[in-house]
Amino acid sequence: METTRRDFLKVSAALGGGLALEFSFPLTAMAARGQTPAEVNAWVVIHPDDRVVVRIARSEMGQGTQTALAQLVAEELDADWSKVSTEFASPNEHIRRKRIWGSMSTGGSQGVRSSQDYVRKAGAAARLMLVEAAAARWKVPAAECIGANSVVTHAATGRRLRYGELAADAAKLTPPSNPPLRDPKDWKIAGKPLRRLDIPDKVLGKPVFGVDVVLPGMLHASIAQCPLFGGKLKGVDAAVAEKMRGVKKVVREADFVAVIADSWWRADQALKKLAIEWDEGADAQASSESIMKLLRDGLADPKLASARKVGDADTALAAAAKVIEAEYHSPYVNHATMEPQTCTAWFKADGTLEVWTSTQNAEASMAMAAETAGLPLEKVEVHKPMLGGGFGRRGAPQDFVKQGVLIAKAMPGTPVKMMWSRAEDMQHGYYRPASLVRMKAGLDAQGNVSAMQVGIACPSILALLRPEAIKDGVDFTAVRTLSDMPYGIPHQKIDYAMRNPRVPVGFWRAPGLQNAYYRECFIDELAVAAGRDPLEYRLAMLKPGDKNRLVLEAVAKAANWGGPLPAGVHRGIAVSDGFGSYTAMVAEVSVSNKGELKVHRVVSAIDSGYVVNPDTCRAQSEGNIAFMLGATQYQENTVAKGRMVEANFDQFRLLGLAEMPKVETVLVPTGGFWGGHGEPGALCVAPALCNAIYAATGKRIRSLPLKHHDLRKA
Amino acid sequence: MIKLNVNGKPRSVDVEGEMPLLFVLRDHLGLLGAKYGCGIGACGACTVHLDGMPVRSCSLPVAQAVGKKVVTIEGLSAKGMHKLQQAWIDHEVPQCGYCQTGMLMSAAALLAAKPVPTDADIDQAMTNLCRCGTYTRVREAIHAAAKPTAKKVGA
Ligand code: FES
Ligand code: FES
Repeated sequence: METTRRDFLKVSAALGGGLALEFSFPLTAMAARGQTPAEVNAWVVIHPDDRVVVRIARSEMGQGTQTALAQLVAEELDADWSKVSTEFASPNEHIRRKRIWGSMSTGGSQGVRSSQDYVRKAGAAARLMLVEAAAARWKVPAAECIGANSVVTHAATGRRLRYGELAADAAKLTPPSNPPLRDPKDWKIAGKPLRRLDIPDKVLGKPVFGVDVVLPGMLHASIAQCPLFGGKLKGVDAAVAEKMRGVKKVVREADFVAVIADSWWRADQALKKLAIEWDEGADAQASSESIMKLLRDGLADPKLASARKVGDADTALAAAAKVIEAEYHSPYVNHATMEPQTCTAWFKADGTLEVWTSTQNAEASMAMAAETAGLPLEKVEVHKPMLGGGFGRRGAPQDFVKQGVLIAKAMPGTPVKMMWSRAEDMQHGYYRPASLVRMKAGLDAQGNVSAMQVGIACPSILALLRPEAIKDGVDFTAVRTLSDMPYGIPHQKIDYAMRNPRVPVGFWRAPGLQNAYYRECFIDELAVAAGRDPLEYRLAMLKPGDKNRLVLEAVAKAANWGGPLPAGVHRGIAVSDGFGSYTAMVAEVSVSNKGELKVHRVVSAIDSGYVVNPDTCRAQSEGNIAFMLGATQYQENTVAKGRMVEANFDQFRLLGLAEMPKVETVLVPTGGFWGGHGEPGALCVAPALCNAIYAATGKRIRSLPLKHHDLRKA
Repeated sequence: MIKLNVNGKPRSVDVEGEMPLLFVLRDHLGLLGAKYGCGIGACGACTVHLDGMPVRSCSLPVAQAVGKKVVTIEGLSAKGMHKLQQAWIDHEVPQCGYCQTGMLMSAAALLAAKPVPTDADIDQAMTNLCRCGTYTRVREAIHAAAKPTAKKVGA
């Protein structure tokens, strides 16, 4: 079933030269140095000196999954944490060993929650095998031995053997099929705020990010993609560029041009000297306005797809004591990872291809590289350096890998590193979709919501990236949070208008989170119309025991909801579940007479079931808040003449340090399920903020970003 | 040939005088700690020291670094770790880490000028951008490193 170790070495030796072995098969290199570590199972490698290397299949992009997964494995292995390090599993080996590491995809806040079961079992199995190996050596029953802190002990006789002394024997044993897992309340390594393993190197500038890859004789490439989505290259005059210093080649492809040179700057300078003519395609006149019209017309379509239907909303609305109606909108927003998209590719003399890329899905990178190069998967290896942020940009779309491979193909035998300029990155994103939502609610005489009717017009991410996941015309990422409200509203009609302009859309941190903004601001409007407190109003609509209720109560307590505030400071609240977790948030803001907003404090409560590293979870909460405060206040990617307008951080503003509010994160894990942390903490930021602005000014913010609104008191 | 002094060592590079210092460091001298984020001086990922002052090396023609002392993250501390780097570890500041070398260089220049900075000083000096949102911890770590009790590691 599995490729044997010997086969594996043979294949890897056939795959590439010494450098590749060093890079992708550290085991081989270590064996060459006579240290012979043993692979107890695919996840756990133990050296004779007790060092434990945990293989990590998911990508590390700052979210801390690398450390959290190592904690889970080490917990069940009962390893001495000080001896634990990690390495990324090789995608090529992954394929050859029949996808032995489960999923390599790193998105949807899935890194820990959807691999926790099998990585914990791997750790537990390895411990049982080490114990069995010790028992065999001592000729005692395994049940009399325990493995703890990287040592197996025979209690009755006090004999001890270190994991490093047992690993080679353990590796030969048959792994137990379903090893029992520890109760999380007994955890010693998991659940603790242990230091992240990647940080010491990061403060020294040591980690190799995608853009830092260096290979012998490597060249650099800068790229210009057709600025119009769907446009094509017509022609290029490279006469000037080709004569510039350091320039090696101008690469012409269907929808991009690239210059290869001996440094990135030289390539980029020459790129700017190309006279490029584009065939602009059909959408040369698209603009934010035309897209807005498309969405608006979508809502008027008499035949919308139904995302949810409960009761009879039309009749209930007609009978309502009061009807409230509002239209909300939010723009396209780019991921703008701090490290631009990048890919290094090398067509080697032996017919193999090696690729280094900052990817959230190494397997998808490998598939794209193989397809582009016309090579079988076995002839391709993808190396996964550190990622300078991801946020969903580097997962499903592997556009940068395709380009990197096409560029290197023009220089067979020579490694070429392509890096996008910031302008390319800003104007060739897979943006958070712009959307338009119309909501109508009926209130009864007590102000309770009797019915809600929602129309959602939103480009479909799935139509572009995973069409097979669309069901009955509905893209769940476009309707979630509105189509699955936890509130007890007896009559609901939630409809979806899929409208797909050519602007590419993608999974942007917490895909669909704009719906949390719409829903939670609209609920606030209803509370105001009903003359009720926004917290009490929400709680009244949530069933006892609903975890949305629990996080609302937790955040209200931590933020002292209803308690006194400094003069001029006002609060807003929001709640949303998503990505397996439940979150609620309170934002505290003030707005000056001139309309300047200051966010003083944000309190976030999250129930993710379990918490593997509380400090990392807090860091994700802080990061989500900064990410969304920037997006809510400043960020939009505008379409004009068929292309994206904003080109750099001077036009696409990130939150700055001076604007960062105080953040308090309340972790309230209730157990029994596994939720994520990379995205849930982003869900409530926009609505909590806008609801606080309403409390401060009386102004209801129904479109983003805030920079277009005059926040002076109404 | 352009002669530079980088991290205390003389270096010669055969490049155009207008090539930004960042790409000289990264592509010609193999010093990869400073990062490209925007190329227009807006993000600070490329921050290095020029005669002790923080500069955005993406926007500094290398000719202007001649005769001056260039210090990068690789040379921030002659031995061991700068107390800021230790504070960065203690406060678990980095997430992806891409902006962090620039953050540290800006913070080190701030502490050199103001050994005990106020929040307002930090607001003013730390204009580096971080997409991951590490700002809360950057501030905490700078305050911690500025305390007279801060661990001196190496430099
Ligand atoms: S890369 Fe130099 S300031 Fe952004
Ligand atoms: S830590 Fe990722 S950009 Fe700052």
